[in-house]
Amino acid sequence: MTRKTNDAIEVRNAVKRYGTFTALKQVSLTISDNEFFTLLGPSGCGKTTLLRMIAGFEDVTEGGIFLFGEEIEGLPPHKRPINTVFQNYALFPHMTVLDNVGFGLEMLGKSKSEARKRAGEVLEMVQLSQFSARKPSQLSGGQQQRVALARALAPRPKVLLLDEPLSALDLKLRKAMQIELKHLQKETGITFIFVTHDQEEALTMSDRVAVMSAGEVQQLGDAREIYERPRNMFVADFIGETNLLEVTVDQIDAGRAACHLGGGHRLTCDAVDGIGAGARVHMSLRPERLFLSSAPTESESLKARVRENIFIGTDISTILDLDDGPEFRVRASNSSRGTSRVFEPGTEVFVNMERGAARLLVD
Amino acid sequence: MAKGKYDLRVYPGFRAITLLCLVILYSPLIVVMVYSFNASPSITNWEGLSLRWYADVFTGPESAKFKSAARNSFVIALIAATVATTIATLSATAILRGGKFRLRTLSFGLISLPLMVPEIVTAVATLIFFNAIGFDRGLLTILLAHIAFCIPFAYLPISARMQGIEATYEQAAMDLYATRRQAFTRVLLPLMAPGIVSGFILAFIVSLDDFIITNFVKGAGVETLPTAIFGAVKQGIKPNIMAISTMLLGVSVVMVTLSWLISRKDRKT
Amino acid sequence: MAGGAATGGSSTSDTYAEARTWLLLPAWVTLGILVLAPVAIMLVYSFLTKEFRGGVIWEFSLGAYDQFFCNRGLFGDEPCSIEWTYIQIFWRSIWQAGAATLLSLAIGFPTAYFIATRPPRQRTLWVFLVTIPYWVNLLIRTVSMKFLLRDEGPLNDFLTGTGLLSEPLAIVNTNFAVQLGLFYSYLPFMVLPIYAAVERYNFALSEAASDLYAPRWTVLRRILLPSVKPGIVAGCILVFVPSLGSFLAPDLLGGARNFMIGSLIEEQFKGNAGNWPFGAAASMILLTMVLIILLIFARQQAKAEG
Repeated sequence: MTRKTNDAIEVRNAVKRYGTFTALKQVSLTISDNEFFTLLGPSGCGKTTLLRMIAGFEDVTEGGIFLFGEEIEGLPPHKRPINTVFQNYALFPHMTVLDNVGFGLEMLGKSKSEARKRAGEVLEMVQLSQFSARKPSQLSGGQQQRVALARALAPRPKVLLLDEPLSALDLKLRKAMQIELKHLQKETGITFIFVTHDQEEALTMSDRVAVMSAGEVQQLGDAREIYERPRNMFVADFIGETNLLEVTVDQIDAGRAACHLGGGHRLTCDAVDGIGAGARVHMSLRPERLFLSSAPTESESLKARVRENIFIGTDISTILDLDDGPEFRVRASNSSRGTSRVFEPGTEVFVNMERGAARLLVD
Repeated sequence: MAKGKYDLRVYPGFRAITLLCLVILYSPLIVVMVYSFNASPSITNWEGLSLRWYADVFTGPESAKFKSAARNSFVIALIAATVATTIATLSATAILRGGKFRLRTLSFGLISLPLMVPEIVTAVATLIFFNAIGFDRGLLTILLAHIAFCIPFAYLPISARMQGIEATYEQAAMDLYATRRQAFTRVLLPLMAPGIVSGFILAFIVSLDDFIITNFVKGAGVETLPTAIFGAVKQGIKPNIMAISTMLLGVSVVMVTLSWLISRKDRKT
Repeated sequence: MAGGAATGGSSTSDTYAEARTWLLLPAWVTLGILVLAPVAIMLVYSFLTKEFRGGVIWEFSLGAYDQFFCNRGLFGDEPCSIEWTYIQIFWRSIWQAGAATLLSLAIGFPTAYFIATRPPRQRTLWVFLVTIPYWVNLLIRTVSMKFLLRDEGPLNDFLTGTGLLSEPLAIVNTNFAVQLGLFYSYLPFMVLPIYAAVERYNFALSEAASDLYAPRWTVLRRILLPSVKPGIVAGCILVFVPSLGSFLAPDLLGGARNFMIGSLIEEQFKGNAGNWPFGAAASMILLTMVLIILLIFARQQAKAEG
């Protein structure tokens, strides 16, 4: 059943079980050619298992995996035109950098000299030409990371898999590499599938993100979509900081849902498919989309009392107690415009919402 | 497309070779064990189960020789293992708990020397040494030689154990007003016990099993079990020898198993 | 035989630094008197004159070494030409020990690898199974091997009885029997260091190679073997060195034609030849060879550790 498609990878109803433990429950997703796709989730969510199944290191218990429309399940790793950048790089310690990078080409039947020539070009691309005669142990962590990248790119795979490749680097280097990886992906035109547990990293780099938890894809979409329109509690809580409030939906009217929470506070936000009037659900309120004022600015401003201000460099976070309601957080940027909205502890204030700050969640 | 796990750790044939390896290792021992229960005086024919060769070892014409050889073997092994274990424990304490010092590497080298020098060379050297200082060969020369080459066998499990014990235990003891000696006897030694027992058992087996060195340094007419067996085997393998071998084999296996169980149980706690 | 083992672990301390001299004294005295001094005296004896009923005459002589290396004709009065007899015995020993080492490697490597890739809980049991026979008396093991292999022994009974062979296989008193005996004597020394190396091996490297299009056996050859090489070299040394000076396996399984160094030396002291200086000289030559091998090995290990 071969059919050519533009989907680089299709995972169709993939299930992975280890004995009685189910690591993946019926995952289906398609990744387009030339896409930077990220699998994001906490450890144990199944993201690495899925990646290893695409690479061929784990078999699929049920379902199939297709590369440009052709089933690859059952092929050993060395017969899949897919390469991997490993978490701890797995550079061959007994080979030079050049031979590491040329290894895949050599295995594909290229002559040693041809492999070395191409390896040299790829090393040039990651700016490591001057280290080609060294052994991996003589390189810094960041340099080893680039070698691992060059090694996986050298055979020009159809899909490149990256298994938390930046997790061992320090923050600054990680940020620089994020941008470099993104550029490299656009330059080479190779489909990247990136695995990470770092939501900021995922949002920075990816065209699309699949948020995973407990062996299932919770939400799939681009960075904005996932951040601004989280589908459920898990996604809203995992991505960024948020206030989760329990609310009751009173009525739905013209795409807007009117809700109330404890203490008689009322809130209106965009309606969501699957949540009707009378439902008791959670609402996510992004703290940076809220601002404080001494007087109500609109009819739905929430009355609260400042408990504590926490200085966190770029932002100032304020913890508030809602009248007859739960604890609450508001973030203001640490700029002259933002700090003007900071109030002393004990002050009575009003919490106001920017449009789109509130979002109803499916549990 | 057939679905099946491609496990790149598995190499076809390796399991078969491992099983072959075990067959090669165990089949000679098992065959001798089985034939030691053979009723026939001939070693080629099987005439049914019997304990007659075990009875022969204890009551037969050669029983006196075997009894004295067994007594010599066990007495020497007991004393040699005790002395070697004591020396090894003290040395390990100095080497692993005595800080860095000039003779440290050299001391370790000296202790492992009997493992590196070919046994036959040690045997020749020891024989010549006793001859040169005019020491009459007999039980005592065997014992002295055994103490020397048992030390590294006792040392290895003891030092392995000591490396696994954090120095902070003794430091804590001394912080709680124990003297150095008390820290050693009340804290380090009890923690070391499994390693010391393993070391003793290994030293005991090594002494019990030694043939080459014993053969060189023993006096005329003094025999241990291995030299007695060797002497008898030179005349051909007889069923009573297989019975003795089986008993000696049993002693070794029981002791090694004991040592293994001790170290394993200890790792769990 | 753990020649390359570290002197200490991570948990070294100086708690007993003050007492260390006293703690080490018993070891130094015992091993100094019973190992170092004897080797020194053996060196001296190799330069003495032989007495015919065993023992030596205290008179300097190069006779032992001369006898080893020089052929001076039937009456001992010709100029020195190379004497091949003893060099040949040494050469045969090296060859036999080498063959036994290769045999041990061929069976020991897959065994060690198989054990190291078992689930962690099963590994110690497998290691135990492989090492038990080592702790059984070497003499008993060698005798058992002879009993099993001899012409009318159980193995040949089985082979002819089942009709696999019409004639019994003559194994005892061949080179192969000696190699098998040596293999049987020292196999755990091959398995244990390789096992330790494979257990430490990072299998992500195999995955990476497989990911880069290397088939299974290429992964073994190009990645796994180079990575565990220190363990393989250690195993080979630990089998080769004791095989070189072994006495029981060649004596019981080899017969007169397959004489090795150990038997040559033994004969000078226990047998009819009775030439102590010559035996001491042969022992010194053997010891020198072994120490050179160990030195090269230690150098390489030090280099490998960087």
